[in-house]
Amino acid sequence: MIVANKNKIKDMAENLSDSGPGRSLWKDARMRFMQNKAATLSLFVLLVIVAFSFIGSHFAVWSYERIDWNAVGSAAKVGMPSIETGHYFGTDDLGRDIYSRVIQGTQISLMVGILGATVAVVVGTLYGATSGYLGGRTDQIMMRIVDILMSIPYMFVLILLLVVFGRSIIMLFVGIGLLSWLDMSRIVRGQTLNLKNKEFIEAAQAIGVSDYKIIMRHIVPNLLGIVAVYATLLVPGIILAESFISFLGLGVQEPLTSWGALIKEGSNTIMYDTEWQLLFPLAFFVVSLFCFYFIGDGLRDALDPKGR
Amino acid sequence: MNHETMMQVENLKVHFDVSSEGDMLWTKRKKLQAVNGVSFELKSGETLGIVGESGCGKSTLARAIISMVPAETGRVLWFGKDLLALNKTEMRKHRKEIQMIFQDPLASLNPRMTIGEIIAEPLKTHYPKTSKADIKARVGDVMNKVGLLENLINRYPHEFSGGQCQRIGIARALILKPKLIICDEPVSALDVSIQAQVINLLMDLQKEMGLTLIFIAHDLSIVKHISTKIMVLYMGNIVELAKSEDIYNHPRHPYTQALISAVPIPDPKIEKNKDLILIEGDLPSPINPPSGCVFRTRCKKAQDICSQEKPELKKAASSHEVACHFND
Ligand SMILES: Nc1ncnc2c1ncn2[C@@H]1O[C@H](COP(=O)(O)OP(=O)(O)O)[C@@H](O)[C@H]1O
Ligand code: SF4
Ligand SMILES: [Mg+2]
Repeated sequence: MIVANKNKIKDMAENLSDSGPGRSLWKDARMRFMQNKAATLSLFVLLVIVAFSFIGSHFAVWSYERIDWNAVGSAAKVGMPSIETGHYFGTDDLGRDIYSRVIQGTQISLMVGILGATVAVVVGTLYGATSGYLGGRTDQIMMRIVDILMSIPYMFVLILLLVVFGRSIIMLFVGIGLLSWLDMSRIVRGQTLNLKNKEFIEAAQAIGVSDYKIIMRHIVPNLLGIVAVYATLLVPGIILAESFISFLGLGVQEPLTSWGALIKEGSNTIMYDTEWQLLFPLAFFVVSLFCFYFIGDGLRDALDPKGR
Repeated sequence: MNHETMMQVENLKVHFDVSSEGDMLWTKRKKLQAVNGVSFELKSGETLGIVGESGCGKSTLARAIISMVPAETGRVLWFGKDLLALNKTEMRKHRKEIQMIFQDPLASLNPRMTIGEIIAEPLKTHYPKTSKADIKARVGDVMNKVGLLENLINRYPHEFSGGQCQRIGIARALILKPKLIICDEPVSALDVSIQAQVINLLMDLQKEMGLTLIFIAHDLSIVKHISTKIMVLYMGNIVELAKSEDIYNHPRHPYTQALISAVPIPDPKIEKNKDLILIEGDLPSPINPPSGCVFRTRCKKAQDICSQEKPELKKAASSHEVACHFND
């Protein structure tokens, strides 16, 4: 008894040296992320772009709807980027200010990307975690449903939806978000199958924690790493999809615009020496996509240091 | 301590359907008999040690007792009530009376939860209305009991050593003041020096709280210290079940005799001169167990009858049961 107590005291002494709040895995991950220069820089650039899309309009001379009649039809001569005219990024052939339109397009594209990814992540994670955790027949049926949905050509369906239900930004969100959760659910299910065999899940079951709480408290928080990585990679995918649809002319409706729509208009008029109409939106588009990919990459390394 | 019967396990059988590579959908699944007709009795305040090689069904037996794997047949009477006949909701109520401690201390703690959250989980699950202050007090109390400082409550599992993680696991098992704790190889993953600490802690707690323990190990020398009764398992079968000292001083089954001879004796003179009985050959495949006595493929005493008839677990002396045709 005395010996055991001595051990207890020794053990306590060992612990005494450091107390205070714990170092969660998230804090560790944040530190590792910060050490990744490309990812940190990308995060910074992206934040600047987001900030610009919100406050940039305060510096605009022209609203995105107002037409500069001087530039109509003669954008190549009058509509080039210039500080004096107030068209910092120039105008398009209809005399609309590219600067304001890029800001507006950035807002729309980022919103579509982020909201679409959120829908996909939430639906995909819950679906995949439930399917993987419950296992057996339920899992088989749930995954066959995913297989079937996956075999439907994604773009084709989305285009069909837009044609049938009319072009609307809500339709875009719903369509893109609801179609892109499929990959997510498969990835999450795979991870859940791994997690399910961990002893802490067994411990929770032995305690008597309900299935719902096990999924929400033990499975999902341990999936967040992979979910965060996948989500950052999903955002540019969805932005690309939206841009493609806008490029086809089925995306957002005028006077609203998006990167895809702007790039389309810019590329249509490129032979008239109005390259700014293409280059400004294209630059935002490309830089943002790169940023998302680098951030996703950095997150993956930060959250799973063993994976390298 | 009154020694009333706490648990009676009767003829418990668990099997798994295993698929092997190249199986087609229509191939009949092979049956792996992980636990094959285990019966025993456990009295309040006792410690039952379960030993056997890795893969002999110790964990499966433990899981079957608390219905975490479905049993094929058998009964688990808990104060006279058959746990296996309960439905999920009814079983959940009894979970607070039987807790478990696991083999891998770190893996049995959710890496995203703080120590406080982990230890409080059983309390929050079974008594969801407990106030925050109450929870905190109880968690601190139980942390003290297992030799952890209360101010570590906001730390995460990966900041602790294996031994400390196991203390956290023990604290989680204790917080509901259970009647029975099943320890599934609680020290196998720890350093030898830490093993003794954890075992001593469990023994202290047992005395202090009047716990009943089922203590699983793959090594006789570990259970020797803590058990009042020892069960030796071989391929899902009990081969010997007796009081701890009887197993040590007078092992009757050839398998137990071999295991005992492998336990090192602290006195070097005796250690040098003792006969080491080696167990030769490999463990047979559990999918395709030997006919008759499961141990016959490695038994030196095996005779014809051993392959024809399965030896029943029989009383060889008072409270000493053996499953061998030729026990002496
Ligand atoms: N979920 C499972 N599915 C199929 N076979 C299993 C499963 N769990 C355990 N087994 C098999 O049952 C046998 C007993 O395993 P286990 O009880 O874990 O042994 P021990 O804990 O004694 O090492 C082993 O042969 C093992 O491969
Ligand atoms: S029954 Fe036969 S094979 Fe089995 S342990 Fe006894 S002697 Fe050995
Ligand atoms: Mg085991």
